[in-house]
Amino acid sequence: MTLLKKQYSVLPGFGVTLGITLFWLSLIVLIPFAVLFGWAAQAGVDGFLKAILNDRVMHSLYVTFGASLIAVLINVVFGLVTAWVLVRYTFPGKKIIDAFIDLPFALPTAVAGIALTTLYAPNGLLGSLFASLGIRIAYTPTGIVIALIFISLPFIVRTVQPVLEDLEPELEDAATCLGANRWQIFAKVIFPALAPALLTGAAMAFARAAGEYGSVIFIAGNIPMLSEITPLLITAKLEQSDYTGATALAVLMLMISFLVLLLINLVQRWNNKRNGMN
Amino acid sequence: MTFFSALFRNVSIAAISLTTALSAAHAKDLTLLNVSYDPTRELYQEIDGIFTRQWQEKTGDKLTIKQSHGGSGSQARSVDNGLDADVVTLALAIDINNIARKSKRINADWETRFPHNSTPFTSTIVFLVRKGNPKGIRDWGDLIKPDVQVITPNPKTSGGARWNYLAAYAWAKAQPGATEESAKQYLKDLYSHVPVLDSGARGSTLTFVQRQIGDVLLAWENEAFLAQKELGKGQFDIVVPSLSVLAEPPVAIVDKVVDKRGTREVASAYLNFLYTPEAQRIAIKNFYRPTDPSLAEEAGKLFPALKTFSIADLGGWDAANQKHFADGAVFDQIYLKK
Repeated sequence: MTLLKKQYSVLPGFGVTLGITLFWLSLIVLIPFAVLFGWAAQAGVDGFLKAILNDRVMHSLYVTFGASLIAVLINVVFGLVTAWVLVRYTFPGKKIIDAFIDLPFALPTAVAGIALTTLYAPNGLLGSLFASLGIRIAYTPTGIVIALIFISLPFIVRTVQPVLEDLEPELEDAATCLGANRWQIFAKVIFPALAPALLTGAAMAFARAAGEYGSVIFIAGNIPMLSEITPLLITAKLEQSDYTGATALAVLMLMISFLVLLLINLVQRWNNKRNGMN
Repeated sequence: MTFFSALFRNVSIAAISLTTALSAAHAKDLTLLNVSYDPTRELYQEIDGIFTRQWQEKTGDKLTIKQSHGGSGSQARSVDNGLDADVVTLALAIDINNIARKSKRINADWETRFPHNSTPFTSTIVFLVRKGNPKGIRDWGDLIKPDVQVITPNPKTSGGARWNYLAAYAWAKAQPGATEESAKQYLKDLYSHVPVLDSGARGSTLTFVQRQIGDVLLAWENEAFLAQKELGKGQFDIVVPSLSVLAEPPVAIVDKVVDKRGTREVASAYLNFLYTPEAQRIAIKNFYRPTDPSLAEEAGKLFPALKTFSIADLGGWDAANQKHFADGAVFDQIYLKK
């Protein structure tokens, strides 16, 4: 501390603000996690492995993280297009469309789940259309992907949008003057500038999607070995008063999410370095 | 002013202040918290209104009863974790057992404190089918006919769904020549006819009634009546199977809480009130079967007679839970072995 005080800092009161930050993070994030790990630890290694190593859990993880990945990939494409349109063009109703993007943030997820299920159920407006083609959406893993696309869209759009706003169109003009074609401009000029923001958005969207419960349980059908998500299994274990089993699953999900986020961060760092060198 | 009138005035003032003092010592403001499960909202609303009025007439105390409703398992967990409920009125005995076992806020002998294993009213599991019963569903065996879709919630997350499951199991076990294996096979067939496993009973009712999915809904009798009378008038028929389960949603006093708050007397009176003909009639009105034998005839007009078995016949909740719903138990097995 004495060392820090001696150093010059543009932020006055570093000690105080760091103290507040640590206190707040502990209270809101670290202590709850510690309790979670404490509960899971009560199961012991054997109990932990027994709780997670079975076909239903494995399949639910596959469904949860698989559907999240698909939803995020789809959103990366359409979120980017949406952000592009909102930043680069002016058109009537733009402000309203911009406001719509945040709706999935604001809506209680159960409401979203019920609305989507009503729409995509075999007797629903869109569901009946697909049903006539022989495609079922609600009560299948496809339904889960749709719900996850819905809830994770804002993360991509809202992270890409400000970066895109700062990206100068002059760069593209310069590339054109230097003889680049449209694909080259996108691949070599625009995309590298947006990639960090896209990755951040994708990471947040993925984390959000993997933990989603409220909207998914309505549309999933929850059939074991088909459309059952891990958060539902956690709820089921709680319902059985199996606290340790539930926390074991929660810790497993947390570790997987953490690994995925770590991986994305590493890609981010590698990407920054590469672009820095160019 | 005479001596007498002055005396009279003084005495009457004294008398008035005495009565006020006495009634202040007596009339209290009391509150009770009843933590219950989902579909009992309307039932307890009506019962609470009458009980608080009677309690005030009897004791002069102003009683307010607060209700909390939610899934039976999660409600039990809240009370276990410290929600100060004076009484619990839940869907399954095992939920109350869990409180008695974990936090010990309810004494272990709760089941013997009130009549009929502390169950004031009962219900059963019936089939709700579409008007005219187009698929001809009469009994449990018809549920696994090739083109029949069955709607029932997930027994892992829904207390009500465990009654459905156990009723199906008991029927299969009661068939001539049935074995444990054949009963399991029946359950496996049955659940392969379930296209949506909602997490709660109300969710299943919605799937069946609103989304028009499935041919038959396995439901609590009171929910089936409610769906028939209110949600979709004239769209559904109730089919009573040959054998079903006697669903006994129990009640208990939360000992630790009433002792702390000094509400044992009123809490006991409240739960005993549930057994009076007056409360039992309200139960009938809300489509629960009364336990008071003097009302059997009255109830018989509404509820068809059917053969039932109770959870005790399956060895009690703990045994049934261990055998069917624990991790890796029968319900998990029927989905895993393809």
